[in-house]
Amino acid sequence: MKPFAYERASSPKDAAAKAAKTPGAKFIAGGTNLLDLMKIGVEEPVHLIDVNGLKLDTIEATDDGGVRIGALVRNTELAADTRIRRDYPLLSRALLAGASGQLRNKATTAGNLLQRTRCPYFYDTNQPCNKRLPGSGCAAIGGFSRQHAIVGVSKSCIATHPSDMAVAMRALDATVETVRPDGSTRRIAIADFHTLPGTTPNVETVLAHGELITAVTLPRPVGGVQLYHKVRDRASYAFALVSVALILQPDGGGRVALGGVAHKPWRKSDADAALPKGAKAASDALLAGAETTHDNAFKVTLVERALAATLAEAKETSA
Amino acid sequence: MVATSEWKFTRRDVLKLGAVSMSALAIPRVMAAPAATGPVSPPVMAKVAMEVNGKPQALDLDTRTTLLDALREHMHLTGTKKGCDHGQCGACTVIVDGRRINSCLTLAVMHEGAKVTTIEGLGTPDKMHPMQAAFVKHDGYQCGYCTPGQICSAVAVLDEMERDIPSHVTGDLKAKAAVTRMEVRERMSGNICRCGAYSNIHDAIEEVAGGTA
Repeated sequence: MKPFAYERASSPKDAAAKAAKTPGAKFIAGGTNLLDLMKIGVEEPVHLIDVNGLKLDTIEATDDGGVRIGALVRNTELAADTRIRRDYPLLSRALLAGASGQLRNKATTAGNLLQRTRCPYFYDTNQPCNKRLPGSGCAAIGGFSRQHAIVGVSKSCIATHPSDMAVAMRALDATVETVRPDGSTRRIAIADFHTLPGTTPNVETVLAHGELITAVTLPRPVGGVQLYHKVRDRASYAFALVSVALILQPDGGGRVALGGVAHKPWRKSDADAALPKGAKAASDALLAGAETTHDNAFKVTLVERALAATLAEAKETSA
Repeated sequence: MVATSEWKFTRRDVLKLGAVSMSALAIPRVMAAPAATGPVSPPVMAKVAMEVNGKPQALDLDTRTTLLDALREHMHLTGTKKGCDHGQCGACTVIVDGRRINSCLTLAVMHEGAKVTTIEGLGTPDKMHPMQAAFVKHDGYQCGYCTPGQICSAVAVLDEMERDIPSHVTGDLKAKAAVTRMEVRERMSGNICRCGAYSNIHDAIEEVAGGTA
């Protein structure tokens, strides 16, 4: 690991300003993903700004009947929160499907959104990777690509976003709140927050240099049966091959988002509209234009079956 | 170091020396390729104070030092083990401010004022923590390398269940989970045992929980 300076920020605005003016600076909160990557030389910050003391660790009701989740709320605390379990069970379920108990105790809400892909070629500094080293190529294309994306891919990158939490937030129409280095704030819809790889897979979100996430808000609860179905190689503590976040309403309508298939949590309005017609119709809408590899073509079938299983469970739950 | 000067080599010392001679061989190659290596930045030092097993500790550390390395290399609390050093195996699990974490994936300097409990702080050979005693009774290990992490994790798991923290296998999110076999297995999934002592580990945890899991 390369040496780095370390300082604690005194306010969100102070953190953003410090990050913007210090070359090679990064924020650190839970640090579970950042330190992992620093140890293998994928991340090489020369300056860490510790944001843990910024008191962004509360879950509060908002005026419109929703909740504001502080950026530093730990994954465990968020999943266990009484309101979240009652009003947004999809979010609790997704959080609990991710990582291990130890990691969830440390990992934060904002950090979870910003975690990097687990593409093995991104991790292997001896391999080309456009995300790690822009212009070096993509070893996953033509390599072992069983875990990789099947929609929204580009010729530069077929990595997936690894988060479970973000998939639930996509289905729940979350909004990301930030503060910029000049002190101004903005709100970004979760649909617009993560980007597709295109020709710049090294860019993963719309955050500007130095911009700090302060909270994630959820609109008022939408009810329905909420399920998160994660398919993975082990029953626990593994990343998703595919995951389905489903909110099913009594009238058969609802929302569906997928994890493990794209560079960002994946949701389509025409797939939501197709839900009453069943898993095949919704799955076809979600995966329209899919570009698979020899290794990951199975995900197309897996998505349809995982969605069918989740819909069946939801109908059983509501019956 | 004392062992070395007295020519009483432990297996660990031999392994260390092996590593040193290997890296010494690698030096000329690095020097022969100056174009590929930039100027070496000096380490950055920082002070941090925390309480470990009830004892205050004031340290001056390279900022890169993980909590795990601070415990083992600077406080000489070698009960906490380094397995994968990437948060995947759980051997480094300690309890910080009441929460179990992977000490390998956090920096020591981030823990100013923290209260840390390691396996040495849970109990002693003469006065074991109930979980330690249960692991001994049920033979919850073979080689023992993962055991400190397993025990710290197990103690925290029962506390998490007491505090009504749900898990992936909790059926009803609105109710407090019962200590069942499935719950314990899911919650302990961040601790790997290469020897495969899982069933005995579970028996030990079940006994301490006092349930019929």
